[in-house]
Amino acid sequence: MTVDSVTIALVGSGGAGAMTAGQMLLDAAANVGWYGLMSRSTGPQIRGGEAAALVRLSPTPVHGPGDRFDLIVAFDWQNVERFAAELPLSDKSVIVTDPSQGEVPAVLAASGAKQIELPIKELAAKIPGGRVNMVGLGAVAAVIGLPRAGIDAVIRKALGKKGDAAVQASSAGIDAGAKEAAGWGLDLELAAPNRGDGVRWNISGNEAAGLGALKGGVKFCAAYPITPATEILEWLAPNLARTGGKLVQAEDELASIAMCLGASFSGVPSITATAGPGLSLMTECIGLGVASETPVVIVDVQRGGPSTGIPTKSEQSDLNIAVYGLHGDAPHLVVGPTSIGDCLFTTQWAVHLAEALQTPAIVLSDQAMGQSRAIIDKPADAPHKAERLLATDLGGGEKYKRYANTESGVSPAAIPGMPGGEHTADGLEHAENALPSSQASDHQKQLDKRLRKLTSHEFGDAWADIEGEGEIAVVTWGSSTGPSREAVRRLEAAGRKARLVAIRLIFPVQPAKLAEALKGVTKVLVVEQTHGAQFHKFLRAHYDLPGEVSVFSRPGPLPIRAREVHETLVSLI
Amino acid sequence: MDTHLTENVPAPTPHDYKSDVKPIWCPGCGDYSVLAGITRAMANMGMERHNTVVVSGIGCSSRIPAYTSVYGYHTVHGRSLAVASGVKLARPELNVLIFGGDGDGFSIGGNHFLHACRRNVDMTYIVMDNQVYGMTKGQASPTTEADWCESKLTPEGPGVNPIQPVALALACGANFVARGFSGDPNEVARLIVEGVKHPGFSVIHVLSPCVTFRPEQRGWKSTVHPYGREPTDDPNAAMRAVLEDDGFGLGIFLAGNRRPFQPGSAVTSTIAQIEEGFAV
Ligand SMILES: Cc1ncc(C[n+]2csc(CCOP(=O)(O)OP(=O)(O)O)c2C)c(N)n1
Ligand code: SF4
Ligand SMILES: [Mg+2]
Repeated sequence: MTVDSVTIALVGSGGAGAMTAGQMLLDAAANVGWYGLMSRSTGPQIRGGEAAALVRLSPTPVHGPGDRFDLIVAFDWQNVERFAAELPLSDKSVIVTDPSQGEVPAVLAASGAKQIELPIKELAAKIPGGRVNMVGLGAVAAVIGLPRAGIDAVIRKALGKKGDAAVQASSAGIDAGAKEAAGWGLDLELAAPNRGDGVRWNISGNEAAGLGALKGGVKFCAAYPITPATEILEWLAPNLARTGGKLVQAEDELASIAMCLGASFSGVPSITATAGPGLSLMTECIGLGVASETPVVIVDVQRGGPSTGIPTKSEQSDLNIAVYGLHGDAPHLVVGPTSIGDCLFTTQWAVHLAEALQTPAIVLSDQAMGQSRAIIDKPADAPHKAERLLATDLGGGEKYKRYANTESGVSPAAIPGMPGGEHTADGLEHAENALPSSQASDHQKQLDKRLRKLTSHEFGDAWADIEGEGEIAVVTWGSSTGPSREAVRRLEAAGRKARLVAIRLIFPVQPAKLAEALKGVTKVLVVEQTHGAQFHKFLRAHYDLPGEVSVFSRPGPLPIRAREVHETLVSLI
Repeated sequence: MDTHLTENVPAPTPHDYKSDVKPIWCPGCGDYSVLAGITRAMANMGMERHNTVVVSGIGCSSRIPAYTSVYGYHTVHGRSLAVASGVKLARPELNVLIFGGDGDGFSIGGNHFLHACRRNVDMTYIVMDNQVYGMTKGQASPTTEADWCESKLTPEGPGVNPIQPVALALACGANFVARGFSGDPNEVARLIVEGVKHPGFSVIHVLSPCVTFRPEQRGWKSTVHPYGREPTDDPNAAMRAVLEDDGFGLGIFLAGNRRPFQPGSAVTSTIAQIEEGFAV
C-alpha cells in the first residue's frame, strides 16, 4: 500500500543540519518527480537554536501543509516544546528518536504516536566525517521509498565541490540510516511519481515575487531589510543588476518608499518589499504616490502583528492597513497572491497595473508563502509589462496638464527628459495643470478621477481563482487559499460539490464578478488567518454575500490546515 | 554638470527658469531672493529644463519647485532627499536639486540628511535656514536658539541647543559644503553653480530670513561676513575651521574629493537565463 501524501518533520538544534537535510529531501523528491512543499520553523535565535524542516511530498501538486505529521525524525529534543504546537501528531504518526538524546518529550509522546529508536549519533560517529542529518535523511528516504538516484544527484550537487571524501561521507550516512529503516515496516511509502514532460521549478514565494518584479519590468528597488521579506530584496540585488536595473539599500522604510517614488517619477518602474512594521512607516509616502499619481509596487510579506509581533510566523492581518491605512480618500491597488508560484504572476501583474493606472500597488504576500519552497510546474508566461501612458504632442500650443481629467481617469504622463512636459508633481491637492488648489471643484474632480481610473479598469479573469461548482462556496484569499483548495478537493473526492473563490484583486472590489461567481450559492464559508476576521468584514463592507455566511478565522502563528477547513465545510452541509 | 543647452540657441535668462505662478510667501521673505539665486544659477549653467528635476518637502521654502519651469516633485515633509536620491540613482543623466527648510531637512528629515551626506549621490541640496517653522506659523526648529521665547508651543524657549548645519554636514561626510545669504542672490547663485558642478552631494546652507516670525532676522544683513578662507578639499581642515565660525560666515567650506555613489548596471543575463536557475 502506498500513500498519496507524506508529511515529514526533521527536528534538531543548530548544528544538527535539519534544514540542510530538509532541503536535500525536497530537492531529491523533485529530482525523482514528486511535488513538494517545505517550510521551516525556527526559534527566536538569530543562528542556531531549535529548528525544524517541515516537508510535505506528493505525486500531485501540494497546496498547503499536511493535516498532521506522518513522520518526525529528531536529531535531538532541545527546546522542541517551543514549537510542539506546530507538530500535530496522531496515533498513526511515527517518531524516530535517538535514545542517546533522552526520552521523547511528553507533549509529543501524548499523541500516542509510534516511537522507533534509531541511534543516529552513534551511526554517524562510525563514519569518518559522518553527519547525523545524513543518517536521518537516509532513514526518511527508505521509509517513503525515495529512489537512491534522486538523493545521489542532490549530494553530488551540494557537496561535489567539497571533494570525494565529503560525498562519500554523506553517502555512507544515507546508507546507514536507510539500512536501519529498511526493517521498520511502516506504511508510509509514497505513491510513485508521475513525471510528465513539463518543466518543474523549485522556488520560494519570495523568489517568485522577485522574479515577477523583473518580468514586469522593474528596474529600481530601494531596500530596507525586515523578516520575512528580506529574501525578496536579497534576490533582487544581483538579479536586478544582471538585467540592467539597480538596487540601493536605504536608511529606513521612509527612505526606501521615497526613493522608489523618485525613480518612478523619473519613469523607471520601481519596487520595494517589507513587512507590517515597514508598511506602517511607508504609508505617508504611499499616499503621496496616490495623490501625485506616481506608480510604485510594495510587497508586504505579512507576519504576525501588531507591532514587532511574531516576525517569523505568518498571518493575514495587514489586510486592513493595506486597504485602509492611508489618510484621506486614497484609493490604490491591493492584490494578494494565492500560492507560492502565484507570487510570480501577482507581483508581475501588480507592476503592470501600478504603471498602467499610475498609482501604488500593495502586494500582500505572507511568511507562509514567502519563506516556503515548493516544487511546482513552471508557471506559464504572463504578458503583463510596465507600460505607462506617456504624453504626446508636448511643447505645442497648449500647456501640458499633468492631471488632465480624462475619461478613463488616467492622465498621460510626462517624465523628465521630455521637453515641453515640465511640471511639478504634487501631493498637495491640485488642479489639472498640477498647480496646488484647495478649490472644492478641483478636489472633487481629482478625487473622482483617481477613483475612476481604478473602478473603470477592466481587470479580466485574474481578479480571482474560481474553481468547482455547487451550492457551498469557500471565499478566501492569500495563503489561506491552499488549505481551502485542498478541503474543496476532498469534498469533491467524496462525491460532494463545492466552489472555491480565492480573491486576488483585493482592491478595487469587483462586486459584479463575485456575484456571478457565487450565483446559486446558498452557503458561504469565509476562510482567513486573522484574529479580527478582517477579510470577512472587508467582504461585508463591499459585497453582497449570498445565503448563510460562516467564518473560519484564526490568527497565526499556526498554519490553517486543510482538515480544519474540510471539517468546517462538512459541518455546514 | 553633464547637460547643457546646445549651441546656437540664445543664452537662457533667469526668467526662462521661472514659472508664472505667484509665490505664496509673505512680502519680504528671504526665499524670494533664494529663488532668484536658483534661477540665475540655472541660467548661468544653461541647464536643460527638461533634464532638470527639483525636489522638495513641505514648508514655505519647499514651495519653490512650482515657481520654476523645470520638472519638479513637491513631496512630503522631510523626505525630499530620499525622493531625490531615487531620481538621481535611477536616472543619473538628470540634474537633481533639492530645496527645503531647516525643519524639513534637520528635524523630520534629519536621518535622511545624515545618510544623504554619507551616501554622496551627485545632487545639490539648498536648505533655507530661518531658524523657525515658517509654514506652521512660528515654532522652534532644530536651528532655533534655546532661549527663543516667541513660540506659543515653547513659551519658555525650546530649551535645547541648536545644531550647526554646516558642521553637521561635514561630520556626516558631505562632499561640498557652503553657506550663502539670501540678501546676496548673486553669491547664492555662484555657490549653487559651484555645488552643482562639484561631483557628489553638495549642501548649500542659505540663511534666509523669515520676516514674519523672526523679524529680527532682517538684521542678518549686517551680521553675515565672508568666511574668509580659501575652500579646502580636506574635510578635517574644514571641520576645524567651521568650529571657530560664528554661524554667519559665508563661502565655500569644503570642496572634497570623495567619489559619488552611483551604482552602475550592465545587462549580463536575460530573464529566461535567470529563470533556468529554478528548474529542477
Ligand atoms: C508629517 C508632517 N508633519 C507635520 C507637518 C506640518 N508642517 C508643515 S511645514 C512644517 C515645518 C516647516 O518648517 P521648515 O522646513 O523650516 O520650512 P519653512 O516653512 O520655515 O520654510 C511642518 C511642521 C506636515 N506637513 N507633515
Ligand atoms: S512665514 Fe516666514 S518663511 Fe514663510 S513665507 Fe512668511 S516670511 Fe517666509
Ligand atoms: Mg524654516
